[in-house]
Amino acid sequence: MAQESAILDEVVQSDYKYGFTTDIEQDLLPKGLTADVVRFISEKKEEPEWMLAWRLKAYEQWLSMKEPTWPNVTYPKIDFQEIIYWASPKKKEGPASLDEVDPELLATFVKLGIPIEEQKFLTGVAVDVVLDSVSVKTTFQDKLEELGIIFCPMSEAIREHPELVKKYIGSVVPTNDNFYAALNSAVFSDGSFVYIPKGVRCPIELSTYFRINARNTGQFERTLIIADEGSYVSYLEGCTAPQRDENQLHAAVVELVAHADAEIKYSTVQNWYPGDKEGKGGIYNFVTKRGICEGARSKISWTQVETGSAITWKYPSVILKGDHSIGEFYSVAVTNHMQQADTGTKMMHIGKHTRSRIVSKGISAGLSQNSYRGLVKVLKVATGARNYSQCDSLLIGDQCGAHTFPYLEVANKTATVEHEATTSKIGEDILFYCNQRGIDTESAVALIVNGYAREVLNQLPMEFAVEAQKLLAISLEGSVG
Amino acid sequence: MTPILQITDLTAGIEEREILKGITLTVNPGEVHAIMGPNGSGKSTLASVLAGRADYTVTGGTVSFMGKDLLDMAPEERAREGMFLAFQYPVEIPGVSTANFLKTSVNELRKHRGQEPLAPAAFLSLMRERMKLVEMDQSFLSRSLNDGFSGGEKKRNEIFQMAMLEPVLAVLDETDSGLDIDALRIVAGGVNALRSSSTATIVITHYQRLLDYIVPDVVHVLWNGRIVRSGGKELALELEKRGYDWIKAESAVEA
Repeated sequence: MAQESAILDEVVQSDYKYGFTTDIEQDLLPKGLTADVVRFISEKKEEPEWMLAWRLKAYEQWLSMKEPTWPNVTYPKIDFQEIIYWASPKKKEGPASLDEVDPELLATFVKLGIPIEEQKFLTGVAVDVVLDSVSVKTTFQDKLEELGIIFCPMSEAIREHPELVKKYIGSVVPTNDNFYAALNSAVFSDGSFVYIPKGVRCPIELSTYFRINARNTGQFERTLIIADEGSYVSYLEGCTAPQRDENQLHAAVVELVAHADAEIKYSTVQNWYPGDKEGKGGIYNFVTKRGICEGARSKISWTQVETGSAITWKYPSVILKGDHSIGEFYSVAVTNHMQQADTGTKMMHIGKHTRSRIVSKGISAGLSQNSYRGLVKVLKVATGARNYSQCDSLLIGDQCGAHTFPYLEVANKTATVEHEATTSKIGEDILFYCNQRGIDTESAVALIVNGYAREVLNQLPMEFAVEAQKLLAISLEGSVG
Repeated sequence: MTPILQITDLTAGIEEREILKGITLTVNPGEVHAIMGPNGSGKSTLASVLAGRADYTVTGGTVSFMGKDLLDMAPEERAREGMFLAFQYPVEIPGVSTANFLKTSVNELRKHRGQEPLAPAAFLSLMRERMKLVEMDQSFLSRSLNDGFSGGEKKRNEIFQMAMLEPVLAVLDETDSGLDIDALRIVAGGVNALRSSSTATIVITHYQRLLDYIVPDVVHVLWNGRIVRSGGKELALELEKRGYDWIKAESAVEA
């Protein structure tokens, strides 16, 4: 506690270089976004000048941009001047023990098979014993350092590895890429930075570590992963445990750079609060994720299991620049009740003999709307490019919607582009058939949904595949009468 | 001796329309009953009501299954208690392999009986053994349930599932429809192999043909929601010769 207040004091009392004179209480800015707010954030994070200049440029660009209206989602207009863009990471008073935590949440943890210690961590229970994870964390850190792998918060990377951040930040998702990316660039709070040196194969799933490390990164997260030549890294973001947050709007940016012969595998399990059955209070998730296969024979693979959020707007994409590079996108997006998801990918073929594979599995239940939106673009120079896309929709009940918007732009005659799509429905007939074989309705839905999503779940790191499987079933509980 | 199934004055229908108008039927252990009748007489409705399909409403009467109130049980409970319906139109479930589906099903039944789930190796060898009954190829196990199966393959898969689940009462709803003579022989062979003195079978069929292979102890004729005639296997032969019209005429007089 003493240490915390010392940190707070230090942050609050440091001189403010940019003449920002408003009487601000230590840990919260007033609502709204101005250039001064951007300066304040940068100052709080003790950023160098170039970073501030970068943020301010993004802010200027953002001012002239408009919110996209093309996604197939509806929500009340967001007033961006009503949002608080900085709150210092002050610790909230957590529950003293698991007994004080919402029993419904705990029941979900049990169903997911999350260990007790991790449950405590996730619910913010004050832990007085030295948690195993601390030593685990240290062990990881030693191992990574030995190999020259950099894995740290983005804010630390800006201070400790400015040459790398400066070179790569915004190189895949430019500040003016889209409205939310510009906003993120101006005000991003924190995130993760990963650098894998040449020829190094990261020996652990960065997931394990990340799970312990990833809380409170805020609503504008920024992640940058660089895999240098011939390296490999598998990174897992998110958590199967339900995530609640007071911030309704989340606008993250993730950039991946794979150099020659490098491979990045990026997996996401997203289970943010989707709102109640009437759709009130859920999180709006507007994310920009993009990777570039910069070098020859490099590979980027996105796998996502999306079950949460009231609105999901995200298109993890790959720019296939290096010859013979490979881009993959595996997605399961579940919407239930009033959730809306507009998600998919973009595969941009530039290099010769580049290959991409898209497997999208949408599952809609309740009154939800689930859209796949994907673009496969083959440039004129991309000789011998190949794409295979498969977009499947599964409907549970008859009041939900599934939509597919595949776009193909092929400018090279040697390209091979395949697209397959199916729509199926879990109707009364199938459920009754399962019932008649002794399988109750909820188990039947779980069985069918997991069978349907298997191809994508198989892409996840083992430990998460099992949890994600359970998560799918839980997300759809009560979806059939 | 407790009958396996005791139906008394059962009436049931769909959306206000009464289809079963008072069925009474007793099925004892070891027996095979055939229920025949023209289209629309209520044969498939009876099968659906016994299995608990939600579209149908029971408006009167009782059904006792091994001494328990069947109508009080959810469809999955009926299955776990040992009631099996071979569907006239088996559904396709993409993405769920036949093996995985059956493993889930068999283990649900075992759980209900207080047994441990079957170990994977034991389960696999049991499946291999039972598939032989209906001459099904092992490659079906890894294929999605009924997905892309021919009509005959689907029906054989039903009997294979029956062999795996070892029901107390099997209701075969027009299992012969759409089968060629070879498939019919295979399916019937499977059913016969599963007959025992402690279980019973109800064969619902339109044609006498199946009964050449599965020889019933009792034949019932269903007409207009009622059992209008019961007899031995020779009744089926008589129907084959004379059609249903004479029964319709007689029952019209009686009514």
